[in-house]
Amino acid sequence: MRPASIVLTAFTGLLWGVMAMVVIGVTLTLITGEVALPQATAAGLAGLLGALVFVWRGSATGTGGAPAWAYCAVVVFLVLMIASFAGPFSLPLSVAPVWQGLALIAFVAGVTAALRLCLRDARFGAMSRYEREVIYIRIAKGVGFVVFTIIVALPFYVMVMTSLKSQQTLLANPLDLSIDFSQGLSGLVRSYVELFTQFNFGRYLMVSAFVSVATVVITLLLSVPGAYAVSRLRFPGQALLARSVLLIYMVPAIVLVIPLYAVFSQLGLRNTLTGLLIVYPATTIPVALYMLQGYFRGLPAELEEAGLMDGLSRIGVILKITLPLSLPALASVSLYVFMIAWNEFLFAFMFLDNPDIFTLSRGVVSLNSSEVPRQHLMAGAVIATVPVLVIFLWFERFLVQGLTAGSVKG
Amino acid sequence: MSAQTSQPVSEGPPKGIGPMQRREMWLAYLMLAPTFLIILVIVAGPLLANFWISVKPVQLGDLRPPAVLVNERLRGGPETAGDSATLEYRLRNSSRDEEIRDVVLKDEVPAGFTVTGLPQGCELSGSALTCTLGTVEPGWRDRLQLEGTVSEEFLAANRPERASEPVVTGDANNVLTNFEFTFENFSRIFSADEFWSVLRVTFYYTIFGTGGALVLGLFAAQLLHTAFPGRGFLRGLFLFPYVSPVIAVAFTWVVLFDPFSGTLNALLTKMGVVSDPINFFGQRAIEFSIFGIPLEFPLALTTVIAFEAWRYFPLSFLFILARMQSINTDMYEAAEMDGATPLQQFWYLSLPQLMGILSVLFLLRFIWTFNKFDDIFLLTGGNAGTRTLTVDVYEQGFALSNLGAGAAVAVVVFVVLVTFATLFIRFSPKEEGL
Repeated sequence: MRPASIVLTAFTGLLWGVMAMVVIGVTLTLITGEVALPQATAAGLAGLLGALVFVWRGSATGTGGAPAWAYCAVVVFLVLMIASFAGPFSLPLSVAPVWQGLALIAFVAGVTAALRLCLRDARFGAMSRYEREVIYIRIAKGVGFVVFTIIVALPFYVMVMTSLKSQQTLLANPLDLSIDFSQGLSGLVRSYVELFTQFNFGRYLMVSAFVSVATVVITLLLSVPGAYAVSRLRFPGQALLARSVLLIYMVPAIVLVIPLYAVFSQLGLRNTLTGLLIVYPATTIPVALYMLQGYFRGLPAELEEAGLMDGLSRIGVILKITLPLSLPALASVSLYVFMIAWNEFLFAFMFLDNPDIFTLSRGVVSLNSSEVPRQHLMAGAVIATVPVLVIFLWFERFLVQGLTAGSVKG
Repeated sequence: MSAQTSQPVSEGPPKGIGPMQRREMWLAYLMLAPTFLIILVIVAGPLLANFWISVKPVQLGDLRPPAVLVNERLRGGPETAGDSATLEYRLRNSSRDEEIRDVVLKDEVPAGFTVTGLPQGCELSGSALTCTLGTVEPGWRDRLQLEGTVSEEFLAANRPERASEPVVTGDANNVLTNFEFTFENFSRIFSADEFWSVLRVTFYYTIFGTGGALVLGLFAAQLLHTAFPGRGFLRGLFLFPYVSPVIAVAFTWVVLFDPFSGTLNALLTKMGVVSDPINFFGQRAIEFSIFGIPLEFPLALTTVIAFEAWRYFPLSFLFILARMQSINTDMYEAAEMDGATPLQQFWYLSLPQLMGILSVLFLLRFIWTFNKFDDIFLLTGGNAGTRTLTVDVYEQGFALSNLGAGAAVAVVVFVVLVTFATLFIRFSPKEEGL
């Protein structure tokens, strides 16, 4: 028996008990809209005792019977119910009994599973530094998974759920983020319908799609020859150019905004899509050129030389040999540029005044006023997010490779 | 092609650029020309223009150059042919500060209108009217009245005076292009009390935002390094904040943290963690004291930094994960055999291997965070002690309508940036190849 080992075990149990209770209690609150006060102390105690029982049963050799985690689960459940006087979420059992029951099961199962993962091979006797560190790391990873998943998912959950609510329910209980099926499908998507019918979002969607696709096309048209020249042709200044092209990407947009605003105003380009389509490619070409030239360098030059020997011109080589070989890179660059153009906010905000040519970004900003209810703003955010997320998930592999290619040597 | 012309072999490879190389060079320049052009016009040009605008006393309103505005109407109400009427031009100098020189008005007298009296300075040849008005004062207003009689044709037409628009030309000082310079913009921004606090906030934001994103990214990469079911899903999920549009996630945070109807504050107050809702994006500082020393916790700035770390950790996560998966695992097996503990392996093996990508990421993220405008602008609008230099550019140039001062701040941004870049290029590791 080593006190340090017991403390480590107890601490692990305490931590998981408290964390599982807080997470599950908050989730229960958000799902049912009833304020659950998670009994963190009772849960901590339950986790602590559960962990001790788990390690004790797990290290007791030669005893048959139920596995250690079963003992652990029973102890966690019993201690939680006793210590919280059978009200683990401080809600009367009559309120949302199904959800409460599920939450209780989730709590017991979650704590047991977490303890089983963290304290596998743990014992009360002396543990080496290696064994202790393995447990530390398991705890840290477990906490990391829970925390990261919550901080990433919660805002998106709130975004979607808020957009499906009505003004009254939002004001009545901001905690209630459940889907209220009683209002029917048309009631659920009312905000979206109003955005598309009254706020002209269909048009914004079209404008955004047009601007993004046009930006991709212009960027590729200009950056493919440039990238090819930088990666394949020899000319004075080649090395300098290859290195400095990314420096352009470091220039802040806000520094360009005032002169461009002044000049575009005088040229009559400010409140036009043409103006945007001049500015967007300028910001995406450097990064596209950089990504493409990295890929072109990786292609075997012999293929192109063979093409040249067989009488193709340079342009023919690019069109018939280089481009077909670099389709994956073209795809990832296109996606990346598309996402940049779709998400762009600053220039759209500064340049566009005319609601007929608003991009989605600009359109959503115009919803951010006290006259427009919150669920409309969130519905606008969902409309702006969904296309880009769908495209991202669809082509994730391409995109991840493209983003990290060239800069990371494997 | 000059190989046969008795050159001794010992002279070595040819020096200079041969004709084929020259052709290749021109081809390369030709292929790069559009890129050069657009970057020159949209990036390099504005960078220089900023310096120009920053030493000019130019307001947002000055972008519309001073011009004489004209309004033409028919007076006198002619009813039958032969009635007399007056064609009146109302003229106004749109600027209250600038005179306009060599003002000339040109118009076509509508068909069927016989001019009987011309105002001074006007000439009529055929139906073409030319009025020379000379130099007009700032804020000048005048009327030119053309007396005449109307015919049947004139009365039958629908508003015949609108058939041709009067054209007024004139020269005025365009404040953007003249040679009048001032250092007032710089003296104004440097003497303002808030400038130094803006600079301080910028550095807090940049350093902690970058550091936060890197640390979170490193942590997340550790989580997803080993294979397990659901890893691909989690990796996709972890990238959400980065790929979503900034307006969507920024407004979601604003809604989530709202003091009155926000979910987070409702949770905190209903569960009894805090008694009053916290205005995360609106409260400048929370005051507290440790050992009697009064201290301030910059709340809004911290929330904005948290947003920055949250939104950009996926980028560092992605790069660090890619690098980690390319580390040779033999090393870890050897370390394992030698009894190195997991933390030792991380500290002595993984971290040195990741140092290169970490420093490159720090460099990139530092500069990008410094450049960041959208996030703070959308979250707080630069209020509550979160105004960074980039938000100040907008604030001076557009909110206060003083383009010159905005450009002056932009110059400061650019100078600081160039300083960083120089420092980084000098001290950054060379082997990572960025």
